Amino acid sequence: MSKNIDINVHHITRVEGHGNITVNVKDGKIEKCEWQVPEAPRFFEAMVRGRRWDDIQTIVSRICGICSISHSFSAIKAVEDALGLEITEQADKIRLLLHYSEQLQSHVLHVGYLVAPDLFGEKSVVPLVPKAPDAVKTIIKAHRVANQWSELIAGRITHPITIIPGGLSRIPTEQQFRDLQNQLKAIVPDLVTICKVVLSVADRLPNFIRETEYVSLAKKGTYAFYHGDITSSDGHTKPVREWESVANEYVHPQSTAKWCKWHRESYATGALARYNNNYRFISPLGKTVADMFGLKPGVCGPFLNNVAQLAEAAHVVEVSIQMIDELLTKGLKNEKVVVKPKAGRGYGAVEAPRGILFHAYEFNKNGECTWGNMCIPTNQNHANIQKDFEKMVPEFMHMGQDGLRQTMEMLVRSYDPCISCSTHFLNVEFV
Amino acid sequence: MTKPRVAIFDFACCEGCQLQIVNLEEEILDLIGTVDVVEWREAMSEQSHDYDIAIIEGSITRLEDEKRIEIIRSRAKILIALGACATIGGVNKLKNNFSITDVKSCVYGKHADMPHLDTYYTKAIDEIVPVDFKVHGCPINGREFAAIVRALLLGKKPFVPDYPVCVECKALENVCRWEYNEPCLGPIIRAGCEAKCPSAGYRCFGCRGYVDHPNVDAAREVIDKYGLSLDDLRTRMVLFGSKQGPTL
Repeated sequence: MSKNIDINVHHITRVEGHGNITVNVKDGKIEKCEWQVPEAPRFFEAMVRGRRWDDIQTIVSRICGICSISHSFSAIKAVEDALGLEITEQADKIRLLLHYSEQLQSHVLHVGYLVAPDLFGEKSVVPLVPKAPDAVKTIIKAHRVANQWSELIAGRITHPITIIPGGLSRIPTEQQFRDLQNQLKAIVPDLVTICKVVLSVADRLPNFIRETEYVSLAKKGTYAFYHGDITSSDGHTKPVREWESVANEYVHPQSTAKWCKWHRESYATGALARYNNNYRFISPLGKTVADMFGLKPGVCGPFLNNVAQLAEAAHVVEVSIQMIDELLTKGLKNEKVVVKPKAGRGYGAVEAPRGILFHAYEFNKNGECTWGNMCIPTNQNHANIQKDFEKMVPEFMHMGQDGLRQTMEMLVRSYDPCISCSTHFLNVEFV
Repeated sequence: MTKPRVAIFDFACCEGCQLQIVNLEEEILDLIGTVDVVEWREAMSEQSHDYDIAIIEGSITRLEDEKRIEIIRSRAKILIALGACATIGGVNKLKNNFSITDVKSCVYGKHADMPHLDTYYTKAIDEIVPVDFKVHGCPINGREFAAIVRALLLGKKPFVPDYPVCVECKALENVCRWEYNEPCLGPIIRAGCEAKCPSAGYRCFGCRGYVDHPNVDAAREVIDKYGLSLDDLRTRMVLFGSKQGPTL
């Protein structure tokens, strides 16, 4: 066993944003074991002040390029809550379809481009191109279809245009929905292929278990991404309007980073949290994928988050194929949105691909924003990553410096962190 | 011929413009084949100090980042600013509407004075170091990026539109957003986005920055015609690249 370990990963690669890992072990004793975030803070809560109610989505979508649709939805739900706006059933359904497209895009990107290289022992997806050309092309195809799906409904792949308070600025035509449905039907076999490829190397996922609290949205009868209340695997529920008392952001005395906790020292959010809290409502294809990997509800291995992502990718495609039928059976209506601003405070939450995402805004009677607050999934996972590190280092120390470093990097990646998102709150310590 | 060595770096931003490179999907395989990507933190683990072309995403918001961009500039033969945060400061420049003390205390409260939270007014890349080429937009248009890279590899000057968004919007036969009483910035903003926002039923909010020769007269005419104030239009211009200087 290595007696001395000195790990200093400056700016971990293949994650969104900048994070550092520091571990010092001297004579077998752990002296330091920290997850740190040196990303440049961007001050979105300050920047939205004075901006109009109908500009908020345009601004805060830019918190994150990967989950811009989720940021837009969480913000727009908060704006609609503040302004007392209800949206139609059609708009709700089309928004949900758009939200699903982002889950597929992000999950395929994460598992296919960022995690797969670890499982194949490569440093990026580039060397996998000659090694497994068909698998890479299948992943690219699924990613492309997901992006085309987003673009069709949102008007653009990243930073959606059509999501406006009260509804949507433009909807696709019936023919476009039909074409989308055909595309989705066609990629089902591709998703199964991707799952099989990952399954063939799934034994490379480190065997690490740590029990924790899993937090996600939940709504009876659905595998919740867009609707519902905040729920915990420890059996607690709160309405979205009370999200600030779920996240309980606090400054950690050691690292100075603001973390979150609810009932325990830390909690986890993301695909695995959703699966643990909503598995009863996953689609048949989603369940088939979960079964392929032996993913059981109530599992506590952070690396299984990647498996849950694959099950969700299958779920969103299968459910969307059916939703398009429902939409078109009812017939598409051209709905005009008229909004009158008023004073008020509102709260919103949706599931971003990497976990539950909270926004809140207050407006004056002219519809100008006077206050904003956001709490991002990665922010909520930071404490859990730290707690995982503390259990992982003694358990995996025998692998030596390089093996431990690699395993810790893979752990961070398994959470699919989105660090740029989380940094407008983070207090950081530089090494 | 040796392949040009390319490195991609990110500063304060959402990393959505890098994502548009990934979003080239199948085409990215061809693009990667023509260059040697030596550093791209978001996508690969390799790192290098030896590169010909540096692609920079994000704005500069801290002194330490200013030093980092200067080092990158000194190593690169060609420096490309990728996306609105890098080219004009992007949404990050909304911060410049407030004092630094104010934005820090707004977000961090009593912890605002901690030294590692130090920040300053947002700057675009060319406010610190010379930029050779700009890929505009929030996010960038992936096709435009690919065309610019192709031109560079062929030793040609990349084409960047010098006409307003209205030109592309009209070609797509969209109904003018001004007809809906929406103060659209199309007349004064650089084209190249394929008029995506007006095509999706939303006004242009200026993510690509001012066009070199804006059609000021046409813009003024349309504002007067619909009885909207210049002030209203100006407030719309601060979303991306605040305080760029007036063109109206």
